[in-house]
Amino acid sequence: MELNVKNEEKAVLVCVTGRMDATSSPEFEKELGRLIDEGNANFVIDLAGLDYISSSGLRSVLVTAKKLKGKNGQILLASLQAVVKEVFEISGFSTIIPIHESVEEAMTVL
Amino acid sequence: MHFMKSLELTAIIENLDQFISFVHACSEECGFEGKRAMAIELAVEEALVNIFSYAYPEGGGQVKMCCTLNNGKEFVIEISDEGIPFDVLSRSDPDTTADIGDRAIGGLGIFFIKKVADDVRYSRNNDINILTIVFLV
Repeated sequence: MELNVKNEEKAVLVCVTGRMDATSSPEFEKELGRLIDEGNANFVIDLAGLDYISSSGLRSVLVTAKKLKGKNGQILLASLQAVVKEVFEISGFSTIIPIHESVEEAMTVL
Repeated sequence: MHFMKSLELTAIIENLDQFISFVHACSEECGFEGKRAMAIELAVEEALVNIFSYAYPEGGGQVKMCCTLNNGKEFVIEISDEGIPFDVLSRSDPDTTADIGDRAIGGLGIFFIKKVADDVRYSRNNDINILTIVFLV
């Protein structure tokens, strides 16, 4: 899994490529935690390059979302591949974490 | 086509990638691709992570994965460990309608296995936990 972090005008944009599984997800959680501790509250996660996600990946997204809720921040997901979107839907996560078709669309709601 | 391959490694997270590569190669050889191949990897990861996390409280146990193609119709993955008795299927499903505040962290792994596989069975024989996950070709 690779993370690419960019500070955009309305949010921190994190581009995730590869796989979010039990081995790699802790790194995502740690990096987002670090960015939150630095004072960032709005995040758009670009998942166009994410090929696979397991419950460990969902867990790290949820942990991040809960942290942000406590700080009145937001996390939005964008450009999910079909297989990844399905995992979010099966788990019911698609109703609690905002999912957008594109990064541009996610940025407009912030 | 007769197919049967197995892999046995220590039950630690560092070995997850090796198990996933193994099952990916087996499923590919049996004709699975795309979304279904991914579903197989997902079920296997979830099953293994549970074993890595809970089977051996003292650490240092083994986990064995055996992949078989039955009658050209069923791709059967048997995952066995000698850890503490643990019927993964006895856990109740997480509340997938809970909102962010109430949503529990954890519990999804087993739920996914049940959702993506065509059949899942648990048994315990001679102090060995056996989880059998079936995907129809």
